[in-house]
Amino acid sequence: MIYLDANATEPLRPAAQAAVLAALAGVGNPSSVHAAGRAARRRLEDAREAIATRFGAPPGAVVFTSGGTEADALAVHALGRGRRLIVGATEHDAIRAAAPGAAILRVGRDGVADLGALRDLLEGPPALVCLMAANNETGVLQPVAEAAALCRARGARLHVDAVQAAGRIALDFAGLGADSLALSSHKLGGPAGAGALLLAPAAPDLTPLIAGGGQERGRRGGTPPLPAIAGFAAAAAEAGGADRLAPLRDAIERAAVAAGAVVIGAAAPRLPNTTCLALPGVRAETQVIALDLAGIAVSAGAACSSGKVARSHVLDAMGLGPLAGEAIRVSLPWSATEADVAAFAAAYRQVAERLARVPA
Amino acid sequence: MRVLVAMSGGVDSSTVAGLLAEAGHTVIGVTLQLYDFGAASGRKGACCAGQDIFDARRVADHLGIPHYVIDAEARFRDAVIADFAASYAAGETPVPCVRCNQTVKFHDLATLARDLGCERMATGHYVRRVDTPAGAELHRARDPARDQSWFLFATTPAQLEFSLFPLGDMPDKDAVRREAARLGLPVAAKPDSQDICFVPAGSYAEVVGRLRPDALTPGEIVTEAGEVVGRHDGVARYTVGQARRLGAAARAGGARRVVVGLDAARRRVVVGSPDAGRRVVRLREMNWLAEPRPRRCTAKLRAREAPQAVEVMPTADGAEVRLAAPALAAPGQACVFYDESRVLGGGFILAPW
Repeated sequence: MIYLDANATEPLRPAAQAAVLAALAGVGNPSSVHAAGRAARRRLEDAREAIATRFGAPPGAVVFTSGGTEADALAVHALGRGRRLIVGATEHDAIRAAAPGAAILRVGRDGVADLGALRDLLEGPPALVCLMAANNETGVLQPVAEAAALCRARGARLHVDAVQAAGRIALDFAGLGADSLALSSHKLGGPAGAGALLLAPAAPDLTPLIAGGGQERGRRGGTPPLPAIAGFAAAAAEAGGADRLAPLRDAIERAAVAAGAVVIGAAAPRLPNTTCLALPGVRAETQVIALDLAGIAVSAGAACSSGKVARSHVLDAMGLGPLAGEAIRVSLPWSATEADVAAFAAAYRQVAERLARVPA
Repeated sequence: MRVLVAMSGGVDSSTVAGLLAEAGHTVIGVTLQLYDFGAASGRKGACCAGQDIFDARRVADHLGIPHYVIDAEARFRDAVIADFAASYAAGETPVPCVRCNQTVKFHDLATLARDLGCERMATGHYVRRVDTPAGAELHRARDPARDQSWFLFATTPAQLEFSLFPLGDMPDKDAVRREAARLGLPVAAKPDSQDICFVPAGSYAEVVGRLRPDALTPGEIVTEAGEVVGRHDGVARYTVGQARRLGAAARAGGARRVVVGLDAARRRVVVGSPDAGRRVVRLREMNWLAEPRPRRCTAKLRAREAPQAVEVMPTADGAEVRLAAPALAAPGQACVFYDESRVLGGGFILAPW
């Protein structure tokens, strides 16, 4: 099987696997007073420092969570309290579900948030703005630094979902100027089950979603999953950017376009590992199934728990019309090779030839 | 060969997938998401998929075959549920399973099967495909209690050629359950599904009323002579040939009465003698699975009734049927023609006016 669905989950990095195994071999709860507890706490705090260093934040800024979804929910809960909510039109469901009724910040046809519209939306009482660093379906990068400056000038807060960007492009929390930032372990080659919310020093005292035993300085209750967190830190340290993948991604796009595809979001700055390919007239789910049967793992739309391919709100927000239901996402993992690209290109060409019809 | 199996999550289609996989075919399981289960069940926060999709995936996991869930909600809503409501609003009694077979299953799903390079699509229907030098024929199932040929009359010859119905020769449902158990399928003991899949707890009028409130507008119950004998709360709640919901009107004048007509335009339920009925019935949307010509054969005007002797004449836009004995034919239901076990074709019953 050729795995090209890294934005769903990255393959585990060897350094992460070693760190997970080492942590599994240990015993101890970081909250305990004895030697085993101290050893566990040291592992936890080493991981916290590694994450903080890697993403340009002080260690005290890092709150470990179960993953990106919880980090997003915690940010909206803690920073959005008593504020108007403004979310980007192409945000992940982790944000959309946490901020029902929020004002929507529109994007252009290229998928990039309209900063002029943001300026208008910021008129009024203080707001929390949620804008993702990179989109999971198209890889389109958002102007989060510019948005942070606008928010600061208007007394608004900015939460950045950096789940897809982290480890793939440069990301410096302090330099960004956002109030919080969500990270996920398994999207950068660590194990699933860990994530983090980075909080700016100026962020307000955080009311937890889960209070429990007061772990994470009272900001997130529950015994932290040390093996997952150790793997997260190791993966983050190793994930030094995905620039190596850009030429592979470009080769995939050339092959797909030659077979009749349209690249979505091509006009915008994008993640180096992600491409969104529409095949006019062919339903996305048919493409995904046909490629799966050919041994190529890609995805489309938002994966629902039922397994059906739901229509993509991201592509709808970009005003793509019928193409929104005809696009697949190819996302290269850190381990991708030229052979993977060749296999994809061959399978895609066959699928496109078999399925291509004149659009109705 | 590569076969797409339409898997509903029930024991029948699961057994089909199991038997074909066991026979060495390359089986691709597909389950159609036809409606939002959470919304249909009225349970807030319930998953849109429901237990049946979960069961289908577990069966596919067990068999080690790929399985996909296809979002057919929009198509099902437009082609099946909307038609269901419109038909009731017009005073008919629709058969949504036939519409679903015509559109979502034997058209859309079969198109997907071809797109995926499949040579056949298999379903868990209880009918038999009989291959002859002149092409495939559709026949009643071996088990008369399970026969679903009436619901498949609209399958076109081309669709029939592409289809497989491995359960048509099963002696009975118990035999299917035994096969499912032998294959170790987790659904072997699952209860049969009931009634119309998208109507929760049998309250079809609610579904109709949501889409076509006019179908539930109150009106008069009248005799064929025009005498008002009662009131009703929507023509959609009535079916020609039945006495349900007639109240006192069912016995007005001392004689037993049933619905003999539904006049949607005037919101009238017409009652009359259960022995009334027509000897001539006209059909629309005829589908022929044999050469269309005048024939003496048998026909079923309801899903569950014995075939009766008829003469059928093809017409420009359907067919005309002469019945040996008068019958209360419900508009919107199917009239399906048989030669012994073979399905010759069928159409939808038109209102007499």
